[in-house]
This record gives sequence, structure tokens and C-alpha cells, in this order.
Amino acid sequence: MQQLGMGQAVNQALREEMTLDSTIFLAGEGIGVGIHDSPMLPTYGLLQEFGARRVKDTPVSEAAIAGLAVGAAEAGLRPVIEIMFNTFFTIASDMIVNHAAKLRYLSGGRSSFPLVVRMKTGAGFSGGCQHSHNLEAWVAHCPGLKVVMPATPADAKGLLKSAIRDPNPVIFIEDMMLYYAPGPVPEEEHLIPIGHADVKRSGKDLTVVTWSKMLGVALKAAEQLAREGIEVEIVDLRTLVPLDKESVLSSVRKTGRLVVLHEATRTGGFAGEVAAVVMEEAFTSLKAPLRRVTGPDIPVPFSPPLERFYLPNEEMLIKAVKEIL
Amino acid sequence: MQISKEKKLAMLRSLLLSRKFEEALTELCTIEGKVPGMMILCTGQEAVGAGVCAALQPEDAIITNHRSHSHLLAKGADPKAMMAEIFGKRTGCNNGKSGTLHLAVPEVNAPCTTTVVGAGVPIAVGRAFAQQYRQEKCVTVCFIGDGAVDEGSFHEAVNLASLWNLPVIFVCENNLYAGAQRYEEHTKVRNIADRAAAYAIPGVLADGNDVLAVYTAALEARGRAINGAGPTLIECKTYRWRGHGERDHQLYQPKEEIKAWQAKCPVAKLRGDMLAEGLISADELREMECRIDDIVHDAIRFAEESPYPESFEALEDVFA
Repeated sequence: MQQLGMGQAVNQALREEMTLDSTIFLAGEGIGVGIHDSPMLPTYGLLQEFGARRVKDTPVSEAAIAGLAVGAAEAGLRPVIEIMFNTFFTIASDMIVNHAAKLRYLSGGRSSFPLVVRMKTGAGFSGGCQHSHNLEAWVAHCPGLKVVMPATPADAKGLLKSAIRDPNPVIFIEDMMLYYAPGPVPEEEHLIPIGHADVKRSGKDLTVVTWSKMLGVALKAAEQLAREGIEVEIVDLRTLVPLDKESVLSSVRKTGRLVVLHEATRTGGFAGEVAAVVMEEAFTSLKAPLRRVTGPDIPVPFSPPLERFYLPNEEMLIKAVKEIL
Repeated sequence: MQISKEKKLAMLRSLLLSRKFEEALTELCTIEGKVPGMMILCTGQEAVGAGVCAALQPEDAIITNHRSHSHLLAKGADPKAMMAEIFGKRTGCNNGKSGTLHLAVPEVNAPCTTTVVGAGVPIAVGRAFAQQYRQEKCVTVCFIGDGAVDEGSFHEAVNLASLWNLPVIFVCENNLYAGAQRYEEHTKVRNIADRAAAYAIPGVLADGNDVLAVYTAALEARGRAINGAGPTLIECKTYRWRGHGERDHQLYQPKEEIKAWQAKCPVAKLRGDMLAEGLISADELREMECRIDDIVHDAIRFAEESPYPESFEALEDVFA
């Protein structure tokens, strides 16, 4: 099977879908002619392949880019826009939160908004806190948006293709650190339905629920724990909205223990939602209090040792696991 | 420009419908508990919606704002479904989800009324992009108020529309007040139309109380847009007779100012001119007004007699 980074997998999904459906267009800052020109990046080569009519380099105007998607989607096109960094979502957010997410409801179901907002995210490159800030819990809190956050290149390809075909606004968040971590990706048509978690490792002793880049941390920690005879089950949510509660609950009912791991900051983070679902619906299965392993409640710092301090790692996860075993 | 009698009659009907529709709402708002929520009216500004929409074709789109009634009625929205929506009834154009503030009527290509000031501008640009992308010979109009030009979304979207030559017409209804703030207190630029120069697009000033002037400006802008010449910013100078909303006591609007603008009533102007020019007789006018009164009464009766949605319907229409 081909080995691709997540950026290449996204690229392949875009290329395949654009070839199939002429209503798809891309818009964003530097998605055609960019300051970073690398085949590892998601929109590499698409301008040359599909032309300037369908690959729209825009001014530095996040609100206009997002509004472009809302208006064009209502009219029947399928925009896939890129907000360069998750942090810049703040300046596109009115279009996404008040419009993309709500206009269908406000129309009484008469309009639909089939659009995808791709956003890059993730700490780990000393970008500082105005480039690195995982805001998935913000968007997950807005009814009307689907939220996808893949952890592997194959999932990114399959989920992005589904996101583009979805009749609703989908927020698709890519961790940039994963662009450079190759993994197997099916070359053929590969669709993963939105709203389905994936058990990335089976185990009987404890459930780790995670998503995006933190899957790698969870898998490494699980290897170490396995050597000590502790079998961790890893549930990769892949989609935050709609949340695949059943996959989480059935794993917790089996293991009786839960740690939720995410890179985003702790307070108001999506781990709280996962924890609440488990407390409400699988409380009697729990043999111990659940734990959260998250970034601390600070902006993502710049200096490499500080940034390393910010990012949850294997040791933190292993410690949390052992606390409740 | 020669404007046909039929066109003028259509504009007169449109003006009267909006005026009577809103006069009825003013009355209904005095009855406790009759109409839920806020009520934001465009009384006195009807020439803008009537004039612009008269220049449009059915396939053209409009994106409007909280002061939307005349725009939507002029675009052909069903008064019954609008009134029922304003009452919060299930038979409303949005099943009771939107109310007066967010009326969406996609069947007449008026898919979005947004109350977020300036937010319609990027959406209209997106709608116009779709029209250009599919090489359709049609345009999108974005109605905004004078407050909207101070929003960042206006700047971003007008720049993009200009850059890409999109078939969009920005119609700024300058009614002199953004909330309680008079025009001079929120911007130093004398005419909003002057701002067009910053985007290298035509900026046109129109008398917003003269429906024929508005119609003419819109028709020219539409012609430019469908011929690939890009967007136009039209500023229609007009005046808000009512407060920002019906609960606004208008303490900041001088009474003499309101009176002076009421003397420039856009409905009375066209009606008077058409009578004077013999384009309509007093009898025909009476008949037209009666028919419109009936439309408004029917709409109110329909709204009153319609059921409210069942509470579980709140859960519907979030996702497609």
C-alpha cells in the first residue's frame, strides 16, 4: 500500500473528489501559489491540475473566505476552504458559527450548506500560541457543525472524502505534525463514514479515548504498558460531532476504566464531554474515577522546552493509567 | 431613462404592500403578547427594496439584513408565510425557526436575512461567486445599512468581489442611524458611496426615497455585473421613520427631522407622480390599495389561525 503523510492523503482526497464533482472548488490563503511549496502539503499541485477557476488563492481575508463558502454552498456548489491555522478561525468564526451552522435551521430546513472548512493545527513546531491552539471544543459546542479530526493519513483521506460529500458544514482539523508521519493509505476509493470512532488497539484493562496527533502518544504508551502486562484499549474518536458514544461506552463497559487524552487545554476541553457521557451512561461500569490527560491551561509557549512541557506525552498518560488501575 | 407604466405600477404595488404590511405590524406590536420578540421595521425606506428588486430577475438573489420586510416582499416572498413566521407559527416560511429577524425565503432566491451587521456581505459575495462559477447571467444583491460599512466583513468581502469581478451589487441603505448613533458619529466619510473608490468599483449615490432613482441605479449596476464588469456600491440616502426596533423611544431622533423626512415619503411620491401623470386614476389607485389591504388582512388572519409548532419540532432542521 502507498505510504503517505496526512497532507498527501488530504491532497489525494481533494484530487479524487474534484475529479468526480465539478461543483467542488477550493479557496484559501496560499493554497495555489504559497510561501511553503512542498509536496507534503495538502493543496500541492492542485492549482496546476485544476486551474485558477477551481483553486482560488484569496486575499488574507478569513471572514470573506468563510462567507464565500457559505454563499456558494447555499447556491449549490461544494466549497472546500482552508483557514490556514485553527487560531485564525477566530476571525472567520462569525461566518461559520452564526451562518454556516445556523442558516439551515433558520430556513426551516429549506437550505443546506455542503461545505468543508479545513484548518491546520497542532503544537510542536515552535509556532507560538497564535499559530498553535487547538480549538476543536469551540466548534464542537456549536450545533449545526460536524467536527472531524483524523489521526492517520488513511483516516484523513477517507473522512475528507465523506466530509466533501456531506450535505452539512464540516470542520476538518488537520494536525500539521502528522503531515510528516507517513502511513499506509488505500489507493482505491476509500470512504470512512463521519461519526464512527475506531478502536486502534484492543485491550481489556483500561480505555484511552483520544483523537488526532495524541493517538501516537497513546499507541506508544500502550506499547510500554503492554510490556508491564497492562492491556490498554485505544478508541480514536476521529469525529467529535456527531460523537460515536456507543464505541466509547462499549469499550468502557468492557474495561471499566477511562482516560481521555487530548492536546487542547484542559478547562472546557472535549475530554469533559466524553467524561460526562460516560458518567451519565456507563457509571456503574466504572471501577475507578476517570482521568483526563490534556494540555495545561496556558497558551502554547514558544521556547522548545516550554512547548514540550505543554504537550501531553507518554509518561503523563502512563502515570494517569497507573493511578486508576 | 424611460420606465414603463407597468413597471411603475409594479413598484407602486410593492411600496404599498410593504408599507401596509409594516403599518399592520406596528399596530400588532401594541397588543401585548401578539407578536413575540423584537420588531424591526423599514417604514419610510421602502423605495430601496422596491426599486432594487424591480430591477432584478427571479433568478437573481438577494441577501438581506434585520430590516428586511420590504426587500423580501419586493422579491416576491409570500406575505402569508412571512406573517405566520413573524407570529412564530408552524406555517411560517421557516416553520417558526427564524421569526422576523432571520426570514429566509430561498424559493424566491432570498436565502438569508442576517442580523449580524455586515455579515451578509461575504455571503452575498459567495452567492455571486457561484453565479460566476456557473456562468449564469444573474446577480446577487446585498442589502446593508450604514452601520455595516464599519464592519471588517464589509471591507474583506467588497475587496474580494472587486478583485474577482463578481456579479454583486452592494446596496447600502443609509437611513442616517446605526442603532442610536447618527451617521456623523460613526464615520467621517461624507458619502458611503465614496468608499467604493477604495475598492476600485463604481460608487453611486441615489435618492433612497425616490423609487425610480433607485430602480435606475440598480438596473445600471445589474447591467454592469452581468456583463462581467464586477460589483457596484449604491448608497441610497433615506430615513428610518420608526426606531431601531418598536420598543425604541427614538429619543435621539429630533421630531422635526422625522417630520421633514415623512414629508418626503417614498410611497406618497410615486403615488402622487403617477396620479399627476395620469398613469393611474384615483379609482384604480383605490382598488389597488383595497387589494393590498386584503392581502395584508389575509396574511394576519392566516398567521393568527395557524398553529404553533409542536415543541419537538425544535429538534428538526439542524442537519440535512
